[in-house]
Amino acid sequence: MSISKEQIEQVAYLARIQISDAEKSALESKLSSILDMVDELQAADTDGITPMAHPLDATQRLRPDEVTEPNEREKFQKLAPEAENGLYLVPRVVE
Amino acid sequence: MQWETVIGLEVHVQLATQSKIFSGASTNYGAEPNTQACAIDLAMPGMLPVLNEGAVRMAVKFGLAVNADIAHRSVFDRKNYFYADLPKGYQISQMYYPIVGRGEVSINLPDNSTRPVGIHHAHMEEDAGKSLHEDFHGQTGIDLNRAGTPLLEIVSEPDMRSAEQAAAYLRKIHSIVTYLGISDGDMSQGSMRCDCNVSVRPVGQEEFGTRTEIKNVNSFRFVEKAINTEAERQIELIEDGGTVEQETRLYDADRNETRSMRTKEFANDYRYFPDPDLLPVEIDDDYINDVRGELPELPDEKQARFTRDYGLSEADAAPLVQNQAQADYFETVAKASGDPRQAANWIMGELARLMNQNDITIDQCPVSAESLATLMGRIQDGTISTKIAKQVFEALWNGEGTTDEIIENQGLKQVSDSGEIESLVDQVLSENPEMVEDYLGEEVAKKQKKKFNALVGQVMKASQGKANPAQVNDILQSKLSKN
Amino acid sequence: MHTKTLSELSRMLDSGETSSEELTRETLDRIKAQDSRYNSFITLAEEQAMASARQADEQRASGKASALTGVPFAHKDIFCTRDLRTTCGSRMLDNFVPPYNSTVAEKLDEAGAVCVGKTNMDEFAMGSSNETSYYGPVTNPWGDKLVPGGSSGGSAAAVAARLVAGATATDTGGSIRQPAALCGLTGLKPTYGRISRYGMIAFASSLDQAGTLTRTAEDSALMLNAMAGFDPRDSTCMDRAVPDYTEGLNNDIKGLRIGLPTEFFSDDLDPVMAQQVREAIREYERLGATVTEISLPHSHLAVPAYYVIAPAECSANLSRFDGVRYGHRCENPQDLNDLYLRSRSEGFGEEVKRRILVGTYALSAGFFDAYYLKAQKVRRLIQQDFIQAFEKVDVIMGPTSPSPAFAQGDKTDDPVNMYLEDVFTISTNLAGLPAMSIPGGMVNNLPIGLQIIGNYFDEGRLLNAAHQFQKVTDWHEKAPEGAV
Repeated sequence: MSISKEQIEQVAYLARIQISDAEKSALESKLSSILDMVDELQAADTDGITPMAHPLDATQRLRPDEVTEPNEREKFQKLAPEAENGLYLVPRVVE
Repeated sequence: MQWETVIGLEVHVQLATQSKIFSGASTNYGAEPNTQACAIDLAMPGMLPVLNEGAVRMAVKFGLAVNADIAHRSVFDRKNYFYADLPKGYQISQMYYPIVGRGEVSINLPDNSTRPVGIHHAHMEEDAGKSLHEDFHGQTGIDLNRAGTPLLEIVSEPDMRSAEQAAAYLRKIHSIVTYLGISDGDMSQGSMRCDCNVSVRPVGQEEFGTRTEIKNVNSFRFVEKAINTEAERQIELIEDGGTVEQETRLYDADRNETRSMRTKEFANDYRYFPDPDLLPVEIDDDYINDVRGELPELPDEKQARFTRDYGLSEADAAPLVQNQAQADYFETVAKASGDPRQAANWIMGELARLMNQNDITIDQCPVSAESLATLMGRIQDGTISTKIAKQVFEALWNGEGTTDEIIENQGLKQVSDSGEIESLVDQVLSENPEMVEDYLGEEVAKKQKKKFNALVGQVMKASQGKANPAQVNDILQSKLSKN
Repeated sequence: MHTKTLSELSRMLDSGETSSEELTRETLDRIKAQDSRYNSFITLAEEQAMASARQADEQRASGKASALTGVPFAHKDIFCTRDLRTTCGSRMLDNFVPPYNSTVAEKLDEAGAVCVGKTNMDEFAMGSSNETSYYGPVTNPWGDKLVPGGSSGGSAAAVAARLVAGATATDTGGSIRQPAALCGLTGLKPTYGRISRYGMIAFASSLDQAGTLTRTAEDSALMLNAMAGFDPRDSTCMDRAVPDYTEGLNNDIKGLRIGLPTEFFSDDLDPVMAQQVREAIREYERLGATVTEISLPHSHLAVPAYYVIAPAECSANLSRFDGVRYGHRCENPQDLNDLYLRSRSEGFGEEVKRRILVGTYALSAGFFDAYYLKAQKVRRLIQQDFIQAFEKVDVIMGPTSPSPAFAQGDKTDDPVNMYLEDVFTISTNLAGLPAMSIPGGMVNNLPIGLQIIGNYFDEGRLLNAAHQFQKVTDWHEKAPEGAV
């Protein structure tokens, strides 16, 4: 199965990855070859098989409802490219 | 053409847990920005979610309260999209296997009828953070304190046919979650938020019209207004030969209109898939039964008990049970006063009026249930009239003292001394001879009664409202018949 | 001292023959002197290491030491280490110094092991040759232009070059075993859920598992002892007792039932490789093991299933790198989308972007059933093959990789060809099973790996089988020129 330039553009936007026009053709052929390989799956007989999301047949453990995390804002915001007054800053979001 | 509006609601309820759904950070409202956002909430590299049992318990509680099927196995999925207040770039939600399945609630309509509304399902998910649009050098500030707060999204069937019904449904959900203690239901703080799916169709048509979704409608009043204005918009559009587009819209309360949210370059595609960091949640019958044992008396049960045990009408009981505190208040007054019906009248009358006027809830009401019962007792024992009682009630509200202090200090005690009343009656009769003439000359019984009441009014006025009305009646009657 | 194994160093520290301070100093100096040849380290932790070493010596002196107390080792740069830069091989995290420890780092700290630095790796663990790292390719100590394998290529090269005796690593589709094979090492990928993933930067959450790269099975056991165990912070980490993995090393393996999957020895396999692997297995027969042919009929679907599931999970796992709270942020973003698009495009390398795009595509509307769900179903078929096989055999053996180390640049232009490097390793990640690669011979003067796959939580048996082999062979003692 091949992937078109338009599909690449849409998927790239969903993933917020910028692709230059120059990269597009090379990417198109590489992605198509990956998808061709992946398409071998279609030949498998999977009738009645339950999808397996997880290797272990275990169930979710539940945590008691307790506050265990202290305020560590200063430590975390030291890592932030831009923060002010305790807030992370991003370009103005217009709603 | 006659149109019918079809409405379904998605109600997001913040669950009142101590800690977040997947982290041990506090969920307290109103903290300094980002002081309650731990490494997990900030989506730091390598951080993993661990599910909060409290959130699961609350979701199950809700499910049981609406007689829903509780899924023995539910699964968390990732809903992928980029937004500044969504740190992981995906929201953990339950798309394919929600914890609460089909259920039903009964809504109470203003004409005292009820109507069933189906619950399609309810699922657990995490809340996002907040974008603060004040100007930070032309930038937006992000506060992630709210990120990871547990939400229960309750999705109704498209069973409502008017904005009024939708509001009634929302009120019912509000009652249930606050009764259960799983949320404070405070819409002004965003503890409860609502998306409305609205479509219209010609009356009699089976199939649904194309629906729009109005996002984040955050008060009971706005839900009604937003739905009405959106339904009108759709009807107008269709009647003008247009078609409704399936889209997400925003309600602008200032202009009372909905408008389309900016269309993106490409349509959103959330790419849900099971979150590999979390395992299926298994809930067994023991757990469900354990939670069932914690269920309080719910609004419908309470209403039934109030009509049965206190002899209230459905119309009186329904508004009383809408919130637990009010129902409790009523029960205290009813028991202490021994007069449930009057208790209901007081609460839905004077008390409700003053609460509305001051925009407060019953928890903040300055008149305790015990004081109201004492006040009612003073009517019963003849100390004051009902009319004076309302005056005393306002004084109580304003903190002017206890019932008895107010009656005493303001001289509001009812006059029951027949001598005193007799002289008042005599005074009124002598000062208003023409009224007496009028009364005696009237031949139509109904009109005569009215003229009699006018005289009673004069006596009451002369007593500054303090005369015992029954005695005034008797004495006036006997005096007039002597004439 | 650099030629000693972890176990030997542990004994030397115990006897007082050397101190951790001396050992750590020597290790750091050696890395500084030699690593320009390999580029196996991204960050050295000189100060922290010396401080830990002194603390370890005190601990030894007070008699409260564990086996690893004072022994230098390296962390793959995918494990968050408190106050020590953690890049995951990516420009995205070039400046990232986590204020927290991964559980693996925490546990090795508690065991007193001395982390000397963070090793190079394929960016976000995506690669089989260590050529996708933002910090440049790693060179295999066995040959100047050869790849060390990936994604744990830095850890493998560092151990093979005798810079450290052991290193942590992770394995999502073969990232421990394939570099182990290509560098002549012992690599252990435990059962999914055996070691906590907390603080380990995620590539594909349902496949990622931490493990070890060492020279011997005995050393693997020592490290696994320290790393394994329940962690309430990882929902997928199993609450299961941790045995002392060194205890069963010397058990007799007489009667061990070995299964050889027909599919691992098909005509596609280079006959020289096949012959070497079969030769290694004959060694097991001499030790009393029995060999039977088995079938894993869905093996050929492992790579396709993996290249749906792993990219799908990674596409979501890597969404958090958005230039807002940490990591790379582009200059002067014009709006929010510009911030995302440029920060991510500048921060991620080509292979990472490619996998994010494949994963996004596989999950997108209209393709979800055909790709993602289909792959999940095939995943179960692959698991069922193994479950059936383990009814008849105790371990499964075969080659680790299709060939020994290949030249840098050989496969970079052909992603699918690169993906096939992991054709023998990927199925165990899909099933969640434990597996090892041990030095099993030489082809063209380069080491090749013998892969041993075990049943769930049967790491003890794998280590036992590996150790018994290493007692009668010396493949694991072969060292590249210049390392000794």
